Amino acid sequence: MLEISQELVDKMIEHARRDHPDEACGVIAGRDGVPERFVEMENAERSPTFYRFDSKEQLKVWREMDDRDEEPVVIYHSHTATEAYPSRTDVSYASEPNAHYVLVSTRDETRAELRSFRIVDGVITEEEVRIN
Amino acid sequence: MAVEVRIPTILRNYTDGAKAVAAEGATLDELIANLESNHPGIKDRLVDKGALRRFVNVYLNDEDVRFLGGLGTPVSDGDTVTVLPAVAGGMA
Repeated sequence: MLEISQELVDKMIEHARRDHPDEACGVIAGRDGVPERFVEMENAERSPTFYRFDSKEQLKVWREMDDRDEEPVVIYHSHTATEAYPSRTDVSYASEPNAHYVLVSTRDETRAELRSFRIVDGVITEEEVRIN
Repeated sequence: MAVEVRIPTILRNYTDGAKAVAAEGATLDELIANLESNHPGIKDRLVDKGALRRFVNVYLNDEDVRFLGGLGTPVSDGDTVTVLPAVAGGMA
């Protein structure tokens, strides 16, 4: 289960809408599995069908997390024309077994779809999102 | 003195859980070969067909080695090499 604040949920949706039709991506850093610090990342691909963290920005952000004793609790990205469910591409590149992979779909202008998954060894497990 | 190699969570099963290990070599290629001799299996996660895997980022100090010289990048004692799996995906 992912427990997360309404504020952080709103930030992910706002970022996804702003970058639409390109995919938006980022992380939420935290300790002990609690998502706290919102970090918007650049999509180095600037693409409607693909995202990749800019490698230099990723190093900077991962170091900051290391220094602060944080981990990437949430890794989020948007799908702009399909449902909020991990694609085969998402699964093949998922490299943080401890992270919650959050997907936001912006295909519907009026209703944001946000779901959370664990992706471990190529296996997708959807989990409940509890907003508090 | 040697080169410090920082290992991401997903590869720590090769390093007995260590976040950083020491390795030696004059180039990144040699460094990875040295890493492999102490942590068998790790090379295959970094290198494929003689080149760095596309979705693994390797940094020498603050620079992505793709912009330096790839596997041929010279390394020196006291350098830090950081390995991070790229965060990527998409609907395609």
